[in-house]
Amino acid sequence: MSGIPHDHYEPKTSGERWLHKRLPIVGLLVDTIMIPTPKNLNWMWIWGIILTFCLALQIITGIVLVMHYTPHVDMAFASVEHIMRDVNGGYMLRYLHANGASLFFVAVYLHIFRGLYYGSYKSPREVTWIVGMLIYLCMMGTAFMGYVLPWGQMSFWGATVITGLFGAIPFVGEALQTWLLGGPAVDNATLNRFFSLHYLLPFVIAALVAVHIWAFHTTGNNNPTGVEVRRGSKAEAEKDTVPFWPYYVIKDVFALAVILAVFWAIVGFMPNYLGHPDNYLEANPLSTPAHIVPEWYFLPFYAILRAFTSEVWVVQIASFVTGGIVDAKFFGVLAMFGAIIAMALAPWLDTSSVRSGKYRPQFKWWFWLLVIDFIALMWLGAMPAEEPYASFSLIGAAYWFGYFFVILPLLGVFEKPLPQPATIEEDFESHYGKSSTKTPAE
Amino acid sequence: MFRKLALSSAVVLGLAGSAFAAGEGGHVEDFDFSFEGPFGAFDQAQLQRGLQVFTEVCSACHGLRYVPLRSLGDEGGPHFSEDEVRAYAAQNFEIFDAELDDYRPATPTDHFPVNDGVGAPDLSLMAKARAGFHGPYGTGLNQLFKGMGGAEYIASILTGYTGEEKVEAGTTFYENTAFSTGWIAMAPPLMGEDVEYADGHSNALDHEAQDVAAFLMWAAEPKMMARKQAGFTGVIFLVILASLLYLTNKRLWRPIKHKL
Repeated sequence: MSGIPHDHYEPKTSGERWLHKRLPIVGLLVDTIMIPTPKNLNWMWIWGIILTFCLALQIITGIVLVMHYTPHVDMAFASVEHIMRDVNGGYMLRYLHANGASLFFVAVYLHIFRGLYYGSYKSPREVTWIVGMLIYLCMMGTAFMGYVLPWGQMSFWGATVITGLFGAIPFVGEALQTWLLGGPAVDNATLNRFFSLHYLLPFVIAALVAVHIWAFHTTGNNNPTGVEVRRGSKAEAEKDTVPFWPYYVIKDVFALAVILAVFWAIVGFMPNYLGHPDNYLEANPLSTPAHIVPEWYFLPFYAILRAFTSEVWVVQIASFVTGGIVDAKFFGVLAMFGAIIAMALAPWLDTSSVRSGKYRPQFKWWFWLLVIDFIALMWLGAMPAEEPYASFSLIGAAYWFGYFFVILPLLGVFEKPLPQPATIEEDFESHYGKSSTKTPAE
Repeated sequence: MFRKLALSSAVVLGLAGSAFAAGEGGHVEDFDFSFEGPFGAFDQAQLQRGLQVFTEVCSACHGLRYVPLRSLGDEGGPHFSEDEVRAYAAQNFEIFDAELDDYRPATPTDHFPVNDGVGAPDLSLMAKARAGFHGPYGTGLNQLFKGMGGAEYIASILTGYTGEEKVEAGTTFYENTAFSTGWIAMAPPLMGEDVEYADGHSNALDHEAQDVAAFLMWAAEPKMMARKQAGFTGVIFLVILASLLYLTNKRLWRPIKHKL
């Protein structure tokens, strides 16, 4: 494996040598945990560990919940109440799992926006970025199907609305939707397959996480300056880096403890804060809730989906050009998935040679506008589909696409970047106000 | 700079959370319940009174299908003795037993009976299926101090009748200031002095309403007290752990950050 030069694991005892010859697993683990890491990483580099923790938390609580849950339309809701009332600690397991999903998404959004600001997606880390996007898509699928399992009103109607999106695909849509649902409507077959996939996908995510880590361990971490670690020699690299263990493990675990304190307070004192009251009513196919709202983490993309109504001129043109094949509903679906694809394409849309947003005076403004746009879309996604929210959603959606397809490509050409530090060591030392004079003993 | 991002995300969470619950009309009175806030606890006597109101009034039309009768003896709930639970079950409810092919008196191992005779909703989870509060500024964050407001919603409905009635398509609707549309199909169930409390507590309408709302909050979230305790213990533990890790981290990095 190429990468930053560093000491590798050497088996010392005869037992270690025996195993190392046959399966170098200890070496793999030691080299992974001792990876040289830029020493100037700031607090936005904690989210990877938080996310790994979230995945573990969800898998562990989920496995135990499955021991008590029944995936059947007549029994699912009651089995969740059984967990809440009769299973030892079941109420904590379920609230941890439900709120754990929210923590997972808080962390993943901060992680993604960290990457967008510091240019972590740029060469040579495109594969890390793409794998990350795949993880994010799997997370969305897992979360969506997990929300269906308690079989409450929002579970049922959310599933109906979201699977209805596939029905919007021209020609094959209806057949595809029926195939996905296992029938003409959301029913027992749907619940069962969602349960099966909800159990499967986290392990797919775990595998993708391993690939994600593999990829950025190959290229080395990005850092707030975007300047690469010097790799001329081990001595040179050591000036820019510290080993991941113990320096970043302790730092990240400290951050994890702080975040968990807040998380635990939410679970203990307001566990239903992020849920919807309607989901405490059992699913009823005959009674539609007044407002069907997805979970908060889907809202920005839900807003983009709803923004493209048949009154929007782009939609009318698309409809005219395609002879009505692309209608408003299908356009909305394309826009929603397109918004995520736009993000995935960032490595090739960003033309700037400067990696970190710290040294890009104009980029900064556009980036923060994107953050505001994302938050605004999240709010708009929860609002009813009427004016003025529809128009605002359209502006928000337009900016989202504009940022990736217009601003990122153009900025690289027109922007004049600020001077960057020559090395990570220089950046680190300027931050800690240390004189560069060396003691004679050194 | 990224602190801003973290902060704004927190605000978003608030906005999104509240927006979910938004859209309900009706005025929900903010009653002062003993179980609000991180340290709030159920009032055992109030839960027992609320159970009495439920049994003598509400249970005529409403069921509590998810609530096991034995949980009336649980700590953190009405906390009746085993004998009291057995007596209460046998005296008040009959259960259809498939093995006997007949009705028999309920035992603590049964749940409260299902009651969908007149189409009234089951009340097991009603206190969590209605949100009373969305403040401040629609963030919903006051849930931390007030709970979800489901109990307030129930008490507000019970005390919100104005006395006006109207008949629409053969159904009588009663004007209610707490109900979203202003007109509810449920006839006023409580008038005040509907039950006689053994502990001599006032049985005025708003007392009865609050008592039964508290009982239904317990029915919906019977493990609330244990959950809050787990929350408190966990937060204290994590704060101590975080402090120690902070010091460890600081010491660990000192030679890197301040090498001589």
